[in-house]
Amino acid sequence: MKIRTLFSELAKALGNAIWFLVLLFPLMVMKVNVIGGKALVTFRWNFVPVLFITAFVLSFIWKRALIWNEHRQDKIPSQTFSYKIKVTLQLYFKNKAIKIGSTLLLIAFVGVFPFLFGMYHTNVMITAFIYVILALGLNIVVGLGGLLNLGYAAFFAVGAYTYGLLWKYVGPSFVSAGVDTGWLFWIALPLAGIIATIFGILLSLPVLRLRGDYLAIITLAFGEIVRMVLQNSGQITGGATGISLIPRPWFFGMKLAPKQAAVYIYYIVVVLVIFTIYVVRRIEDSRVGRALEAMREDEIACQAMGIDLVRNKLITFALGAFFAGIAGVVLAAQTTYINPDSFTLWESIIILMAIVIGGTGSIPGAIGGAMLLKLLPEYFRPLAQYRMLIYGVAMILVIIFKSDGLLPRHRKQYTFEEKSDSNASAGAAK
Amino acid sequence: MDYFLKLFLSGTAKGSIYALIALGYTMVYGIIQLINFAHGEVYMIGGFTALIFGGFFYTMGMPVWMVLLLSVILAVLFSAAFGFTIERIAYRPLRNKPRLSALISAIGISMILQNFVLLAQTEKYLSYPSYLPEFAFLQPFRQYINSTQFIILVVTAIIMIFLTILIKFTRIGKAMRATAQDKYMAQLVGVNINQVISITFIIGSALAAVGGVLICSYMGQINYYIGFVAGIKAFVAAVLGGIGSIPGAVLGSFILGWTESLGTGYISSDYEDAFAFIILILILVLKPDGILGKNQKQKV
Amino acid sequence: MNIDGNAILVIENLSMVFGGLRAIDSVSMYIKKGEIAALIGPNGAGKTTIFNCITGVYTPTEGTISIARNGTASGESLRKIQGLKPNVINHLGLARTFQNIRLFSNMSVLENVMIGRHNSLKAGIFNAIVRDPRTREEEQRVIEESYEILKKLNLHMFVNEMACNLPYGAQRRLEIARALATDPFLLLLDEPVAGMNPQETKELEETINIIRDQEQVTILLIEHDMSLVMNVSERIYVLDYGRLIAEGSPQEIKSNPEVIKAYLGE
Repeated sequence: MKIRTLFSELAKALGNAIWFLVLLFPLMVMKVNVIGGKALVTFRWNFVPVLFITAFVLSFIWKRALIWNEHRQDKIPSQTFSYKIKVTLQLYFKNKAIKIGSTLLLIAFVGVFPFLFGMYHTNVMITAFIYVILALGLNIVVGLGGLLNLGYAAFFAVGAYTYGLLWKYVGPSFVSAGVDTGWLFWIALPLAGIIATIFGILLSLPVLRLRGDYLAIITLAFGEIVRMVLQNSGQITGGATGISLIPRPWFFGMKLAPKQAAVYIYYIVVVLVIFTIYVVRRIEDSRVGRALEAMREDEIACQAMGIDLVRNKLITFALGAFFAGIAGVVLAAQTTYINPDSFTLWESIIILMAIVIGGTGSIPGAIGGAMLLKLLPEYFRPLAQYRMLIYGVAMILVIIFKSDGLLPRHRKQYTFEEKSDSNASAGAAK
Repeated sequence: MDYFLKLFLSGTAKGSIYALIALGYTMVYGIIQLINFAHGEVYMIGGFTALIFGGFFYTMGMPVWMVLLLSVILAVLFSAAFGFTIERIAYRPLRNKPRLSALISAIGISMILQNFVLLAQTEKYLSYPSYLPEFAFLQPFRQYINSTQFIILVVTAIIMIFLTILIKFTRIGKAMRATAQDKYMAQLVGVNINQVISITFIIGSALAAVGGVLICSYMGQINYYIGFVAGIKAFVAAVLGGIGSIPGAVLGSFILGWTESLGTGYISSDYEDAFAFIILILILVLKPDGILGKNQKQKV
Repeated sequence: MNIDGNAILVIENLSMVFGGLRAIDSVSMYIKKGEIAALIGPNGAGKTTIFNCITGVYTPTEGTISIARNGTASGESLRKIQGLKPNVINHLGLARTFQNIRLFSNMSVLENVMIGRHNSLKAGIFNAIVRDPRTREEEQRVIEESYEILKKLNLHMFVNEMACNLPYGAQRRLEIARALATDPFLLLLDEPVAGMNPQETKELEETINIIRDQEQVTILLIEHDMSLVMNVSERIYVLDYGRLIAEGSPQEIKSNPEVIKAYLGE
């Protein structure tokens, strides 16, 4: 690298550092406090060198990173680093023994987890798994169907409130009839799925003609409206105070201590996660899944090939909503208390971030992203308050440098053998 | 009738603020087809910057008018700088990527800015000292309109006039209109579209900053979250009037302002925020291009 | 207009008005079963607009478009299709390619063609989840059929490649393969050889003939490449400023003064 270019780059970095120092000076260095109607400003001079140096280093790295990103597009796919890693990993896993071994290990780990790690961590895992279901559900809408849904939390809320309202209105009759209220959970689970699906279909009706940005905004509006309605209809839904004392799931009529209940719910949600993964995989690799992807790729071409857009969009939203509904019931059962604050726009955005960072359209990506976003704040406590900041930065980094995510989707590979009468017999390798 | 007039005027004031923000949205969308989620944050940062500098200058003993003038100018400068920087960092690298990418990036920036201000300053609602003058001549009308509302109306009107002159009669305005119509063609005839885009962001952000200072002075408080709510509403206003259309943004803003004002005055104040969303859904279902929007058919 | 008894597509007095612009003005034409016809004209004449009207992207302002049921030319039972949705029209037997390539870029070549087979399959969501034997058999069949189609267009070596990675000529062929997969009786090709070199053009010429001869598919193409048009089409319609100015065999069209005027000016 020439000295002259090095100097000019350093100069530019210096310039950028000064720019950011000035730009962020009022917000970062000056701190305002309003006491008695008067605004008082204090100076935190110690931020100045930190800010300056960070800006300097980062702008240097950023410029290089952008250039590297440009050139990366031009490289032949088989030469890239990530391809090499993928190939190595594939070779590693092709070994039957390793594949079976690691799968068994994973199953064992997941299976014994609650007994290894106690109630607190079990609950953390339950929450993480709930978000895995949510991420997988949203992945159908955004990843497969290409429809950006910013109000996904609304379906999550619908599911949770189905259980909550069932408890509130049907629960008392169960109690007076002497029936274990835990049954309500098992009734709510499929019911919430159905009701959420209905909501999904309802939402898709106004957006049938909309594209891209408009679609995103109206889903956002829908999400907010659902939350506002829940918040303001105190009479029916408990409003801001929510619904509490929601019963835990029925377990052979036994009364479970909180710790045991947590373990029970843990296994329930694991089963649900497996179910979700199974369904999503099946859909992905089917006629329906291909139609959804075609819609994502090019709506006009997909229509020209005979696919009914209206039906496709309905299916997309309905499927996505279904899984959010189920996840909602589990949340209600786990926390035994729900209120509208758990279903804000931020929730929707966090789920979106999970799949963007993990890789839109990719099942491992959705799982990985959800786990990452839910487990990280738990196990990196000191950084917890910077959580949203870090996620935001991560999302932007991913979208700029690796838009297919950390664990991108791999398309199914098909193999063909030529038979003697030149009719190929097909198989599929993955 | 008195009540109606009062509501109407306060609705107009509200609408003016929405207009200042909505213009930023609509100009950016018109030029690069991006819903700039971070725009609301720029508005909030404008308010905060004015608060910070205002407090500083005031405690230094400057006369009030000077405090006001300087804090507004600085708020505008800093917001403009933020808008410019955001575009450079988060949107320019994605210019040739699918639109979804830029949208996601915008959401990311919005989150980063909100949390940045939250962490760097405070999560609390801060009361906002207003340095705006009180006008004696408005005293007799004080049941209809107060000084701050009056200032909002006047300032916004002046800004609209300037903006119209800029867009219609200056060279840069022409360049902006050309770029909004057809980026490639504009480039071919020698327009520096990078510059034009940057200027669009700068102008939009500057307007939002003014809006931020005015509204915070009016409401008497500020919080890191206000950008989000105001941003959504201003966006609804822009869509209502036809996103990409400048007169549309203004029209939509006033309609929203009046609806909110009259709605909370006559119907219920619980659902104040809901009006915006209901309007949004109605418009997107009935006429997605907005009142003054152009019918955009996709080329096949 | 004399409607030939063998007509499988009949367009009568078609007009398309956009705002103040009359893009198509009272065009009447027909396509006979089994022929290869071409629609030519200077840029902006309205050719793709006609395609868009036929395939349901636009609803014509005036006029009718009718097709023969099941693509069998029986003169009487024509069915009006103007204003129907594109996917319905495709279901009825019309398929098209696009002027600007519209492949499903992030899907593989095989999958692009498999999507074309969408309407010949029945599996719904529950079938997909449960994957009953009939669905599995259907999927297997789709894979094999799609592969066969790829072979016909000499694309089978790209089978697992992402559509966006294909060389340009192959991408155009893939669009044709995908359209063929929908089992049409009439194939509309919009500038199939745009951007191709002479060799590729010659190959496509042969492909077009093969499609008509072996697949029994009638073809209507829009094209600017005159050598292809003259070599491959049996009848030509010429459009200028939205109006039909000539119709006839390649020989007739070549020497038609109106046509020459339209292309070269006075």
